[in-house]
Amino acid sequence: MPLLKIEKLSKSFGGLKAVSNLDIEITQGELIGLIGPNGAGKTTVFNILTGVYEKTEGTMTFMDKDVSGLKPYQVTQRGMARTFQNIRLFNDMSVIDNVKVAYHQKTSYSAFSAFFRLPSYFLGEDEMQQKAMELLKIFKLDSKAQETAKNLPYGEQRRLEIARAMATDPKLLLLDEPAAGMNPQETQDLMKLIRWIREEFKLTILLIEHDMALVMGVCERIYVLDYGTIIAQGAPDEIKRNPKVIEAYLGEEVV
Amino acid sequence: MRNWFNRKNIVSLLAIVLLYAVVQGLIVFDIMPAFYKLTLILICIYIILSTSLNLINGVTGQFSIGHAGFMAVGAYVSAMVTVLMHGPLLLGLLAGAAVAGLAGLLVGLPTLRLNGDYLAIATLGFGEIVRIIFLNMDIVGGAAGFTLPSKITWTWAFILMVVSVVLIKNFVSSTHGRACISIRENEIAAESMGINTTKYKVMAFTIGAAFAGLAGGIYANYMYIIQPGTFSFLKSFDILVMVVLGGLGSISGGIVGAIVYTLISALLAGIPAWRLVITAVFLVVMMIFRPTGIMGTKEFSLGFLRKKGEKNAASKN
Repeated sequence: MPLLKIEKLSKSFGGLKAVSNLDIEITQGELIGLIGPNGAGKTTVFNILTGVYEKTEGTMTFMDKDVSGLKPYQVTQRGMARTFQNIRLFNDMSVIDNVKVAYHQKTSYSAFSAFFRLPSYFLGEDEMQQKAMELLKIFKLDSKAQETAKNLPYGEQRRLEIARAMATDPKLLLLDEPAAGMNPQETQDLMKLIRWIREEFKLTILLIEHDMALVMGVCERIYVLDYGTIIAQGAPDEIKRNPKVIEAYLGEEVV
Repeated sequence: MRNWFNRKNIVSLLAIVLLYAVVQGLIVFDIMPAFYKLTLILICIYIILSTSLNLINGVTGQFSIGHAGFMAVGAYVSAMVTVLMHGPLLLGLLAGAAVAGLAGLLVGLPTLRLNGDYLAIATLGFGEIVRIIFLNMDIVGGAAGFTLPSKITWTWAFILMVVSVVLIKNFVSSTHGRACISIRENEIAAESMGINTTKYKVMAFTIGAAFAGLAGGIYANYMYIIQPGTFSFLKSFDILVMVVLGGLGSISGGIVGAIVYTLISALLAGIPAWRLVITAVFLVVMMIFRPTGIMGTKEFSLGFLRKKGEKNAASKN
């Protein structure tokens, strides 16, 4: 049974078909890459999946339930979390508060207890603090918990964004170009981190990436998107040799 | 386990009680001139107004400029309860706050789908609608105003101000408050972290409106007379100026802004012709040299009062 099943998904902006007839199937525990040239529609797919855009046609089933037409926060509550291509942290909040915001949906105390600082407020806050610190430790950000998020170096901001997404306790993690702007060493570390969180949290991951070393290194199966349609799919080795993919990336061979 | 009784809270409480006692003493022994007393009570009212507007504008990042409208709702409703229905003062104040909160909910639901300039204009419009409704209601005196006895004392004003600030601060430093801040910081990211942004915008707006209603009630029951003209958009701007002056998003900033702005107005009361000019120049200078407001986003901190062990634990956490 697939965890996520996308069938005949299309999205048009006016006359422009950004995504057409997309079919993607992801099984529990897989690590899938979604690649394609600039403007192929990869981020649009993420935005439709997470409810930022509404689809024009097609169906999306996540854990046996239809997820089309849901608001982004409802999608997250169903167990799908994402990071963004251009980092979107809560810049003026501390590192730990960034993570705590993600724990909010599972908060145990009401706004009423918050107003009057009832015992449940202290219990809830302590529990949240503890969980957030544990998570930050996993992502090696615990020493910077009180730092303002915008003051972190770029690589750590990326890590924090992933940590924050993990705090929502997702079944499926969507990573939008996690290695963008990283140097080769940071990319290596990121690959290790992605593999590790997948094992540790029994996670399914779908990632968009431009860095071929990373995609070929960690993904088990790859979908290639061009002009809004899937032009190839398969294991990294097959994809590397696929003439359609080479054509999309390098242009047609001139004889 | 943490609770209310830590050193910080006890010291704050002592300072608050001391401040109250000093002023109350000056009033009881008739040392304080009436004008000073008026100014102090106005400061209490404006602190509630600026703190509650700060919750909407500074903390949640929704630009509302209709706060005088909610203040008017609270003022008139509490006046109706205490005068027309002969209800007790506290009931009047709570009714004013409740109805203003309800108005906030009703206005917030449709308008908070707007953002930025559009929301500002919608809330401005709401404030004017409220004023015109009361202007045309004969039961509350129309343009001539509604007279009522002055029942609010320094004790009332001060206690209600402290309670309001504590409640709003508690909300802001809870997970619900963090949800509001995350909306200000990045609405798309907040939504994708599972925050129902519409719910929290409306919640902040409703809470802010309710406290504005409470402040309106205190104002009405102190001033002997309320007139619709008092609650024009100029009043909304006054409150907004206090928030921006003190520092958007900082609770202490809202308090400082309310105190500074009310004191400036009081000091210049002797030269009414120059009052607005001097205030305006002050604001322009302020915005050039410190655009983030007096406090920026910082809060007053009593961190130095923590025991050494607590401090280390806090920095580790």
